[in-house]
Amino acid sequence: MYFDCIIAGFGGQGVMLMGNILAYAAMAEKKKATYMPVYGVEMRGGTANCTVVVSDGEIGSPIIQRPMTAIVMNLPSLEKFGPRVKKGGLLVVNASLVPEKEVQFKGIKCLMIPSRDLALEVGNERLANMVVLGATVRKSGVVDLKSLKKALYPALDRRYHKMIDVNIKAMERGARFVTEGV
Amino acid sequence: MAEAEFIKGNEAIAMGAIEAGCRFYFGYPITPQNDIPEYMSRHLPDVGGTFIQAESEIASINMLLGASSTGARAMTSSSSPGISLKQEGISYMCGSQIPGVIVNMSRSGPGLGGIDPSQGDYFQATRGGGHGDYRTIVLAPHSVQENYDLTMKAFDLADKYRNPVLILGDALLGQMKEPIRRRKYRKKEFPKDWTMTGAKGREKRLIKSLYLSEGELTDHNWMLNKKYQSMKREIMFETQFMEGAKLVVVAFGSVARILKSTVQMARDRGMKVGLFRPITLFPFPYAALDKISHSIKNFMALELNTGQMLEDLKLSVGHKKNQVDFYGRPPGSIPSPDELFNEIKKIYKKRIG
Amino acid sequence: MKQTFKRPKALVDIPSHFCPGCHHGIIHRLVAECIDLYGVREKTIGVASVGCSVFLYDYFNADVVEAPHGRAPAVATGVKRARPDNFVFTYQGDGDLAAIGTAEIIHAANRGEQITVIFVNNTVFGMTGGQMAPTTMSGQETTTTPFGRDLKTNGFPIKMSELLTELPGSTFVARAAVNNSKNLMKAKKLLKRAFEVQINGEGFSFVEFLSACPTNWKMTPKQATERVQEEMIPYFPLGVFKGGQE
Repeated sequence: MYFDCIIAGFGGQGVMLMGNILAYAAMAEKKKATYMPVYGVEMRGGTANCTVVVSDGEIGSPIIQRPMTAIVMNLPSLEKFGPRVKKGGLLVVNASLVPEKEVQFKGIKCLMIPSRDLALEVGNERLANMVVLGATVRKSGVVDLKSLKKALYPALDRRYHKMIDVNIKAMERGARFVTEGV
Repeated sequence: MAEAEFIKGNEAIAMGAIEAGCRFYFGYPITPQNDIPEYMSRHLPDVGGTFIQAESEIASINMLLGASSTGARAMTSSSSPGISLKQEGISYMCGSQIPGVIVNMSRSGPGLGGIDPSQGDYFQATRGGGHGDYRTIVLAPHSVQENYDLTMKAFDLADKYRNPVLILGDALLGQMKEPIRRRKYRKKEFPKDWTMTGAKGREKRLIKSLYLSEGELTDHNWMLNKKYQSMKREIMFETQFMEGAKLVVVAFGSVARILKSTVQMARDRGMKVGLFRPITLFPFPYAALDKISHSIKNFMALELNTGQMLEDLKLSVGHKKNQVDFYGRPPGSIPSPDELFNEIKKIYKKRIG
Repeated sequence: MKQTFKRPKALVDIPSHFCPGCHHGIIHRLVAECIDLYGVREKTIGVASVGCSVFLYDYFNADVVEAPHGRAPAVATGVKRARPDNFVFTYQGDGDLAAIGTAEIIHAANRGEQITVIFVNNTVFGMTGGQMAPTTMSGQETTTTPFGRDLKTNGFPIKMSELLTELPGSTFVARAAVNNSKNLMKAKKLLKRAFEVQINGEGFSFVEFLSACPTNWKMTPKQATERVQEEMIPYFPLGVFKGGQE
């Protein structure tokens, strides 16, 4: 198997953490993974993105021009990465910040996640990133949801381990949204 | 086998250094390699080591010179402008035959340039960037695991040849994270009959690079040259898809890594493209490329600069009717596998059809 | 006949290259006497600098590593950190220490490195042929100040001892001269204290020696020694600046 994705948003949305968790989940399944944070001038101005590649075999490039999957957590990210998703690929959109009318792409699947509402349901709007990650994993099948949950332990600093349960709930809520549509 | 750990490239270098017995680190902050001093400052005390944030790159390299002169394993790291400042010290270390490991997670220039990945320091690294006729071994990793493994190897090579060893990477290799497996370093013993320890029960020792008597410096330079020639036995390179290849793309470090995807794309489309990746940039694998060039005629160098390794490639294969093409991407952005594919396709069409 | 004067064990029995009337030889001897006195020859690691003092490595019967111009305090830092039980000293001229190596000496002192720095100030670049040094006196003619040092364009002769005294990291800072026997005796005392500071693990010690360079001053040895007394000492006062009694 081979999977790649770009995860983008503004600083503070936790997109780097999403990438790390995804890579750890792949490792837990004995897959290879690379994680490449944006680097350079792009870091300024409050936007952030990272690229994660997962594969059974050796991974070539850790950077991807046209990803199979993109997760966009805000409108500037949609504008930048939406058009770059490969034909037949998947675009996961944070519907809480990106209006549906902006999401007009042909030949790819678009998944709108009302992440803020779902995060509030499980307790805290700051869990929106975990909701979206849970949804992406369920939709793409890149890793098992179980592995994703397990990945919280190595990915989160010990200080935040008390938050793991609520993060798991958020991931599950996102996944359930994909399966059940609500 | 040890469990895989998910590690940032810069940290893998620091981890490899400590595992290989590096106990002294001297450095000065510069992006994009700050994870190395940060890691060393946190972890060297655990193993009884010493971390000094020096007043300058110049002081760092000279502290390295001092610590290494006692036979201790020591390292400094920096990025391009800082490596320029270290050249004086590197020249002295070569002239005085003092080992040491120097990491250049290079950035773009000239001048202040930028912090993007770049391979603009290839000449500086492989030609001996300071004054005098000297060389350092240059290792070019292309993955986080190699950052770890080659750093360990760098310490052995430095001690073996009593010569500085340079690790040349860039922001891509420093900032990316990958799973790596740590391994136990097997300590090799090297002669220490030259180190500064105090002349207790023996003749005094002298470590110097000044030779003023007639003919003395000539002999010294030839002796050094012989040593640099003997480093050829350390040549390392990797090839992929060489069977039946009609075009061989040659690249090192981050570009070689990106090209691994590109070459796969080319093969998927039926293009007979092979990949040759030098791992030692000095000594450069001239002979290996020369051998290949007797059966394959078309070569293409790809680099994050305007053509530096290209010259070494031409020296290797530029004889007979071989074609050597080039794609250079000066710093500012990293080329994607697709972009590189398009460049290779153009050359492939022109040369092979 | 009783022998009352002999070569210190820490010096090698070879002819020196220093010019007649140069004070380097005297200062070498003082350092060697202290090495003998404290019995540290077998654990001494000297750091040679660039300039006339570079041949230190030929004269001392001890391990010596050569440093690039001005970098001796950084090299000594690396040596001492790696071998804290060894006695480590640098021996640097004014071009080396006070011009190109200013950053290294200030920061080594400020870190309180446990090293001893011997600073030889003769107000001129010696080996390169008598160019202006940072310590060159006002009005002094050198090959690059043919009309005399003009403070307006060349700045002021730098007082390194005073500068280093202000740093919280330095433990012992003193200035000495070897132009007459009285000053020589005092100089030995100061140097002893500098050695003790390192041997006792008290910190960074620094002794500046005012030194004559008859060749580049274009003077006879006698005139040069008189110049130390008449011109240099009034501007570069002798004594302990920090860390002990005179």
